[in-house]
Amino acid sequence: MKEKTLLSSKDLERKTTRIVHEILEDNNDNNDIAIVGIKTRGEYLGRRIVEEINTIEKKEIPFGTLDITLYRDDLRNNLALPELKETNIPFNVENKTIILVDDVLFTGRTIRAAIDAVMDFGRPANIKLAVLVDRGLRELPIQADYIGLSIETVSSQKIKVFLKEKDKKDKVVLLYNNGI
Amino acid sequence: MEFKRKNIISIAELSADEILHILDTASSMKEVTSRNMKKVPTLKGITVVNLFFEPSTRTRSSFEIAEKRLSADILNFTSSQSSVVKGESLSDTAKNLESMGASIIVIRHPMSGAPWVLARETSASIINAGDGRHEHPSQSLLDLFTIRQVKGKIENLNVLIVGDILNSRVARSNINGLLKLGAKVKLVGPGSLVPDYFEQPGVKIFYNLEKALEDVDVIIMLRVQKERKSLEYFPSIREYSRFYGLTGENLKIAKNDVTIMHPGPINRGVEMTSEVADDSRSVILEQVTNGIAVRMAMLYLTASWRSNNL
Repeated sequence: MKEKTLLSSKDLERKTTRIVHEILEDNNDNNDIAIVGIKTRGEYLGRRIVEEINTIEKKEIPFGTLDITLYRDDLRNNLALPELKETNIPFNVENKTIILVDDVLFTGRTIRAAIDAVMDFGRPANIKLAVLVDRGLRELPIQADYIGLSIETVSSQKIKVFLKEKDKKDKVVLLYNNGI
Repeated sequence: MEFKRKNIISIAELSADEILHILDTASSMKEVTSRNMKKVPTLKGITVVNLFFEPSTRTRSSFEIAEKRLSADILNFTSSQSSVVKGESLSDTAKNLESMGASIIVIRHPMSGAPWVLARETSASIINAGDGRHEHPSQSLLDLFTIRQVKGKIENLNVLIVGDILNSRVARSNINGLLKLGAKVKLVGPGSLVPDYFEQPGVKIFYNLEKALEDVDVIIMLRVQKERKSLEYFPSIREYSRFYGLTGENLKIAKNDVTIMHPGPINRGVEMTSEVADDSRSVILEQVTNGIAVRMAMLYLTASWRSNNL
């Protein structure tokens, strides 16, 4: 497969900062927002977002992490199951605006599962979605509210997100076959 | 790591890595059980049968809650109210349950080896909830989980198992599990109930409780099993509890931060005094709570094997 860089480390930082400012602009009374990162890379992005918000606003926005394995719809559909990771929502979600954070938005199935998981913790006022890359090809009626980069792809292509916290560098690349 | 087992029948067949994988999965399940809404949709549409040929309250209800928390459909089947009384064989019972769409069968049986027979005869996944004097893997896994939670590790701990080792499937599973995870095991009880053949590398046998208690990090008390004729092996319950009962007094010999465990149900005043059972170092009720998370993990991992391989 060939490789093309979509976002460099600097681009990735700027995209994240723009998402942060859009979140603040949308929620100027930001007393009730909370950030929830979807494991694994959404957790790292979410943590970056919440830290930037906290620096700008000089407050402590609640932050949680979600592992959606138990909510996936593929246990009945013969697809390999990843290992379980820990979910940690250390705040009350009732009446909050929950901003879910993930690295790539693709079929929408992960987000469907994440919405179900959040609902099991209570009844938030809103659930919004922030993603670094929206690659299209949705299988469910789901859309993101905050998007770093929108790109049209075909399903044979792959998007790989590298984040310092796990992969030693910040970078987003597109992997594709000859021709497409 | 992918879990590569269709059935969970014994600790003896599991590797140390597989045991740790089950314990790690159970940690995530414990988070689910601590939520206000303690249910996840993971096993929706999957039928689990609880096939119990022996009386059991704790293990059966623990499996049932675990199944409910994972949203499975449940069928409870106890020998006293079933076709078994009419003379049906174990394999016929199993085949019938399979025809009803059972994917996972949790079995408790008074005969050692019954889960193996079932695993051979059906395509359902088998989870052993205790077979005769052979093994009780879910109890052992919850004991290991609890020890790891309290002590932070299992390796190099001194663990003492007290009582009717001979008739105990809990002891057999725990000896296997503890040795695999690197603990040192001591066994103590009347000579008639602690046969020599349990001695092996890593296992030491004692007949004197006070001596055995020295330098111990964890004590696992076993129940005097009246239904398995424990009583025929010693003169009287009173004598047994005088020599092998845990009291506030002999407990002082063990390490200060010793952890006290018991698979339940406790015979207060026989295996231990009420003072010991209610001591702050006793984690008997924590074991019951952890049992649900561990059984959720066993069900989840077996179901995920089925989803990957069938």
